[in-house]
This record gives sequence, C-alpha cells and structure tokens, in this order.
Amino acid sequence: MSRGRYKIFLGMAAGVGKTYRMLQEGHAEADAGRDVAIGYLEPHKREDTSAQARGLEVVPRRRASIREVEVEEMDLPGVLRRRPDLALIDELAHTNPPGLEHEKRYEDIADVLAAGIDVFSTVNVQHLESLNDQVAELTGVRVRETVPDSVLGTADEVVLIDLTPEALIERLRAGKIYPGENVQAALDNFFKIENLAALREVSLRQVAEDVESKRLVYSEAETVGSRREEDKVAADAPKAVGERLLALVRPQPSSQRLVRRAWRSAQRLGTDLDLLWVKPPGQPIEGELERQVTALRRLASVLGATLLIEEHDDLVAAVARVVRERGSTYIMVGESNPPKGFSRLREPLPQRLMRATPPGVDVRIVAHRGLKEGEK
Amino acid sequence: MIEHFLVGLALILGLALGFLFARRRRGGGDTEAVHHILLPFTGTEISRRAIDASLRLARAEGATLMPAYLAQVPKQLPLDCAIPKEADSAMAMLEAIEQRASSQGVAVDARIERGRTYRHALARLLDHETFDRVVVSATATGASGFSGDDLVWLLEKAPAEVLILRPGPADHRVLSIDGRGAAATA
Repeated sequence: MSRGRYKIFLGMAAGVGKTYRMLQEGHAEADAGRDVAIGYLEPHKREDTSAQARGLEVVPRRRASIREVEVEEMDLPGVLRRRPDLALIDELAHTNPPGLEHEKRYEDIADVLAAGIDVFSTVNVQHLESLNDQVAELTGVRVRETVPDSVLGTADEVVLIDLTPEALIERLRAGKIYPGENVQAALDNFFKIENLAALREVSLRQVAEDVESKRLVYSEAETVGSRREEDKVAADAPKAVGERLLALVRPQPSSQRLVRRAWRSAQRLGTDLDLLWVKPPGQPIEGELERQVTALRRLASVLGATLLIEEHDDLVAAVARVVRERGSTYIMVGESNPPKGFSRLREPLPQRLMRATPPGVDVRIVAHRGLKEGEK
Repeated sequence: MIEHFLVGLALILGLALGFLFARRRRGGGDTEAVHHILLPFTGTEISRRAIDASLRLARAEGATLMPAYLAQVPKQLPLDCAIPKEADSAMAMLEAIEQRASSQGVAVDARIERGRTYRHALARLLDHETFDRVVVSATATGASGFSGDDLVWLLEKAPAEVLILRPGPADHRVLSIDGRGAAATA
C-alpha cells in the first residue's frame, strides 16, 4: 500500500485562513469526485470557517479526558475505519490527552498517511521546533505545542497562506478571528504589526527553504539520463533560493564595522551570515588575539551568525573552498590598506576572490571609516 | 666598479631593512593596546555626557573605547541564544558611537553582552574583559537603564576606576534610534 499524499497549509498566525483554505480545497477535491471527510476541524467559533465546512462529511469525534475534564479529540481509529480518499485534519501541532494512541496529532496523521489516505492539515510557523526560540525572541510569546521540523519535510506540498499584517489586524478588528471581548487583548499582546511582520518573514523563509531542500533532494536523486529538458533548466539555475552571506573578518576591533554591515545586509536579504577568519598556519591564539577571537565568537553568537576559523596560508583558496561548501552568494571584505612595497604588484583581493569563486558570487567591499575620513 | 657594488649592496640592505620593518609593523597590528575604557549602556538611548567624557579620556590617554550594549535575555530563552531584535538596536547604537569616536580619532572595540538582567550582563562583561576605567551615567536610570543599586554594585565589583556622571539637563536623547532602526547623533 502506498503512503497517502500529505499537504500542509502553513500560516504565520491564527486567523490567516489556513483552515478555510484547507476546507476550500477539500470541497474542490470532493467536487472532482473524491471521497473527502473531515477527520478533525477546529472552527474556533469562526462563522466563515463553519460555513465552509458545510457539505463535507465529518468523522465523529471521540471523548477523552485531561485531569478529569472531558474534551473532544480526533477519533483516529474512526478515521482509519471510515477510510476516505482524503482526510482533512486541522492543527497538526496539537497535543493529545494521555491514553490515546499517540502523544501528538502529527503522529496520528502519520498513521492515516501510512494507511494510504491523503491528508490535508494546518500549522502555524511558531509551532516548528527550530523556530520556536526565534519566534519567542521576535514576539515575546512562546508556544508550548511544538512539532519537529521534519514534519514539514515529510509533506509532499507545503502551501503558505500569506496575508499582510495590516490585513490580518483588520480581520481581527472585524471580529473574524476572536470574539469581540478578546480582540483588544489580542491587539495589545500578540497581534502587533511588528510581531506579525517578523512572523510573516519567518514563514516566507521557511517555505523558501523547504522548496530549496526539496529541489536539492530531487536534483541529487535524478540521473542524467532521466532529465527532461525543463528539469535541466531548473538544475542549471543557482542551487539556493535565498542568498548566503560570507564576511571575511580578522579578530581585531576594525572588523566590527564589517560584521555590522554584513549582518545588516543579511537581515535585509533574510539570509544566514557566516564569518570567516583565515588564520595563518601555526599562529598561536593567545593574549590579545585570544581576547579578540573570543569577542568575535560572542558577537557571532549574539547575531546568530556562524564563525568559521580556517587555518590556511592561502587566503583566496581558503575562501573559495568555504564559498563552495557553504553555498555563499555574497562575500563581504573590508577595505584593504593601501598596498606598499612588492604588494603593489599583486592583484587586489576582490579580483582574486572573484576569479577563484564560482560564477555569480558577488564580492562587496566595506569601506573603512577611519581611512575615508582621513582622506577628506 | 666598486661604486656599483656599493650601490647594489646599499639597495639590497635597504630592501631587506624595509621588508623587516614592514613585517614588524604588520605583526604589531594584531596586538592592539590593552588600555580600555568601558562604556556600558542599555536600551536605545545613551547619555551625551557619558560618551563625551569617555571619548575625552580615551583621547587623552590614547585608550580604546569599549562601548558595551547590555541586552536582557528572557528567562524562557537560553542565555547564549541569538538576539536579533536586541542586536538590531545595539548595532545602530554602536555604529553611532563609532562614528563619533572616529571623528575624534579614538579607537573603538565594541561589545554586546547578554544577561538575565542588566546587572547580570555587566557581571559577565566584568568576568571576561579587561579595562582600566568604567564610565556610566547616573542619568541612565529607570526601566531601560541602571538602577542606583546597580551603580553601587558596580562600584564594589568593578576591578577598575569607575566614573559615574551626574545627570545633566536634556542629557538623555543624544544618541537614539529612530523607528527604522537607524542611529542618529544630536
């Protein structure tokens, strides 16, 4: 029996319309002649959502209890017995009460998929384990129900339900997300423009990365002989959907400006930042140098950047290797001091880097503030 | 003939000495002065008096200014987690301080330190950094700054001379961050 097809509707926050869209697509499938049933639906008392569910068969819930409180949960054996072509199962991050088959709903869904039933499900981005800290840092709100990121990776399709923060707040004010008495509290806490903008960015990146990783897997799995012409075009395109920035640093205070500029650029591009120090072979890390390396390491940690220390006597060769390994698309270097003596005869570093790195890798030079002002 | 030989010898000696001198200068670049003045601050504002005083001292003593942005990490997050939102504020503030320092020819070696509280961040900074002087402003009080208790604690714990500056009129909004995160100097 082949595994069912899995589609996840991912959103940045409650109220963007994940469940609504899932139901819409469920109707479309039913109209196309497929047997569709709702395995679990959480309408959150939203009229639009309840209306959208009408006409679709619902597998009855079962009762369970948490600390002597009766709750209604998805009936996994019931869904498996009913065996539709497609089951709509809301909120995959949900935690089941003790005593049921699995602790988490995404595990229930795995059973449904294993039974050859297609599944549509929903989740908000802050439930993804790896993003939980980041989202908590951005919004000040931490969710307790998390799911491993690999759950998203098991989906055949991830659909991002996108909505501008302004439009979502408008929906909230109109009472389409929470009942009227809860609207102000939501606006004062989680539903702030800056929170939603940050979450939206995280969601968009997550889906972009998911697309990228799936494409890379596909690209590795295919054989040359099996490629169709259009696949070749895709395979020839740059591997990374997003950019990746590499800043060449040295453990000294003057590198901080470069790190700041690189980090700002990485923030604007919504990409990861790597800091690379190519250490001369045999150079001991002690004294002031050790202090500066520690400072650089701590700064990288604060920024969420990765500090790489490569011991090599050829700066350009080391950078080229790291660029290939990390898939960097931008290299940022600090402005060199004016060449003196025999070094005047050497080709400038940016040119050497461009020749040594793969085509399409940009090199940017960050001006040294002191030097510029001295020139004025 | 002998003149040519002497000229050639002088050229070779000159080149060798130049090479050695250049190497020494390059080697010296990695080890910077250890004379540091610490300027800790919190939030998105910093006192002009504190900056000006620390820059005056740094210039007079040939010291490096070490502005240190202290960031609070909520208890539910690991202490060593990335703090992009705080870092954004810190970067803008440090950029503004560096601009001002650069215009006065003062070297800057900035830090961002994390802690559960500002005092905790300061304690962590004291643990692993060395400096000869600390400059703090008594104006930086209230929710976003050091409390009186923090300053007393600093006087007791800092292994260096501590300079606490008296509040001045309109001293609070000298370096601030606008809504888009860009730092501006008044």
